[in-house]
Amino acid sequence: MAVEQGKPQAALRGTNHAQLRPDKVVDARGAYCPGPLMELIKAIKAQPVGSVVEVWSSDQGSSKDIPEWVKKASHELVYVVEESGYWRIAVRKGH
Amino acid sequence: MVRVFGRKRVVILGGGPGGTMVANHLARRFNGSLTGDRVEIVQITACTKHTYQPGFLFVALGDAPLEHFERDQASLLLPGIRLVVDPAESIDPQAGHVITESGAVYAYDYLIIATGSYPDPSAVPGLAQGALGFYTAEDAVRLREALGRFEKGRIVLTVDVPHKCPVAPLEMVLSLDAYFRRMGRRHDVELVYTYPINRVHSLPQVAEWAQAEFERREIRWETFFNVDRVDPEQRVVYSAEGGEYPYDLLISVPPHRGAPVVAASGLGDEQGFVPTDRYTLRGAGLENVYVVGDATNLPVSKAGSTAHYEADIVADNVAAAIAGEPALRRYDGKVFCFIEAGDDRGTYIEFSYTRPPRPAPASVMLHQFKMAYNEMYWLSARGVL
Ligand SMILES: Cc1cc2nc3c(=O)[nH]c(=O)nc-3n(C[C@H](O)[C@H](O)[C@H](O)COP(=O)(O)OP(=O)(O)OC[C@H]3O[C@@H](n4cnc5c(N)ncnc54)[C@H](O)[C@@H]3O)c2cc1C
Repeated sequence: MAVEQGKPQAALRGTNHAQLRPDKVVDARGAYCPGPLMELIKAIKAQPVGSVVEVWSSDQGSSKDIPEWVKKASHELVYVVEESGYWRIAVRKGH
Repeated sequence: MVRVFGRKRVVILGGGPGGTMVANHLARRFNGSLTGDRVEIVQITACTKHTYQPGFLFVALGDAPLEHFERDQASLLLPGIRLVVDPAESIDPQAGHVITESGAVYAYDYLIIATGSYPDPSAVPGLAQGALGFYTAEDAVRLREALGRFEKGRIVLTVDVPHKCPVAPLEMVLSLDAYFRRMGRRHDVELVYTYPINRVHSLPQVAEWAQAEFERREIRWETFFNVDRVDPEQRVVYSAEGGEYPYDLLISVPPHRGAPVVAASGLGDEQGFVPTDRYTLRGAGLENVYVVGDATNLPVSKAGSTAHYEADIVADNVAAAIAGEPALRRYDGKVFCFIEAGDDRGTYIEFSYTRPPRPAPASVMLHQFKMAYNEMYWLSARGVL
């Protein structure tokens, strides 16, 4: 069963993530360098404003690093879901 | 020695480390007996020269001329491999052929895409006008000239996503510190290093080591800095996160793209990288097409060592397929990178999809090993090492 991580209340507000289909999924499991956050930034840059990118990471640090960048860069954290052995983190491009 | 049934042609696109190692490894597996009537290996590339890109760092800092890191591509290929210097213009996986700029058509039984990745300063407003770089031969030479003229002021180094060789920006700023100290001008130069994420390198262990070096050497740094635009007149670089730096000299690692032929053939993702299976290295949804090195979309470092390990796997699997045997080898995400620490010291990291990296303490011996590898690279390219 999926367990919400990070700040699930804030992250999930207004979004039924079970029904949300990301526009792009990036499988960055096992990525140490450049790593999941860099893979996310790469994908976000290539997507139009408003689209949702979901990144998969097997690195626990991502559940902290990614929300931190999303806040700093003024995008929107849609959800952080822990699956078995990896995290699915979705971000909506804000600008 | 691989036994072959029927005539097969392997076409390799690209004459960098990836393409050259696949060609030579394959030729070795056929025991040097490429006759053309049974197995033909054709390497199609864009340039008669082969350049060892890690050398650009040394070129920019005036430690070696560019020619030191160049060889004729033909001199690196084992006998029997056919070299075509005529860039591919399109790849048609349905028809199973490649068309080159001159209009020649090369049908293939197996295709290896090893066309690399390239900095694209035009992707960021003002970057091409405002910044110098060291990720191409021309840029490294221009930077060497600019550094030679640079008297005093602030040098800002920016890093965009994605880019090849994730350690090169760190090596550059540490080497710049050593360079200006050697010149007796370090007190006239402020060094600022910026990085896209929340630490100074993607690997936490490397970031920790580098940050301590920055403190010791009085290098300023700013994290969460993704370049949004550059004002070349006012000499200011702005980040998407709201940061800004006035500069006297801007050195940038621009965002990278795959080779234009990949996008032109409709085979790339948004940035022109080929979607690739992370274990088999087959092009996703493509028949008999493999992808090696920087050209893949894999979440691994775009590095020569990555291309090297992948080339080994692909050559074995293509040789097996040609012999009608199962292709059993899998890429495990292995990457190995030396890191120059300046002051004639170096370190290295090694990791895979499942093994995290642990940097060794920097030492003079590891630096010398890297210097030695710069010369031994040509043996790697020939498939010896
Ligand atoms: C400054 C710098 C420092 C680096 N340091 C290191 C390091 O210390 N360690 C490390 O492992 N890696 C390092 N790298 C990275 C390394 O050089 C690259 O990852 C490596 O070259 C990738 O190999 P490749 O064969 O995939 O692509 P490339 O070497 O880029 O080769 C691509 C080839 O494709 C050819 N090509 C392009 N378009 C076409 C076309 N249309 N038709 C036919 N051919 C085409 C090109 O001519 C070229 O021959 C560094 C890179 C730079 C820039």
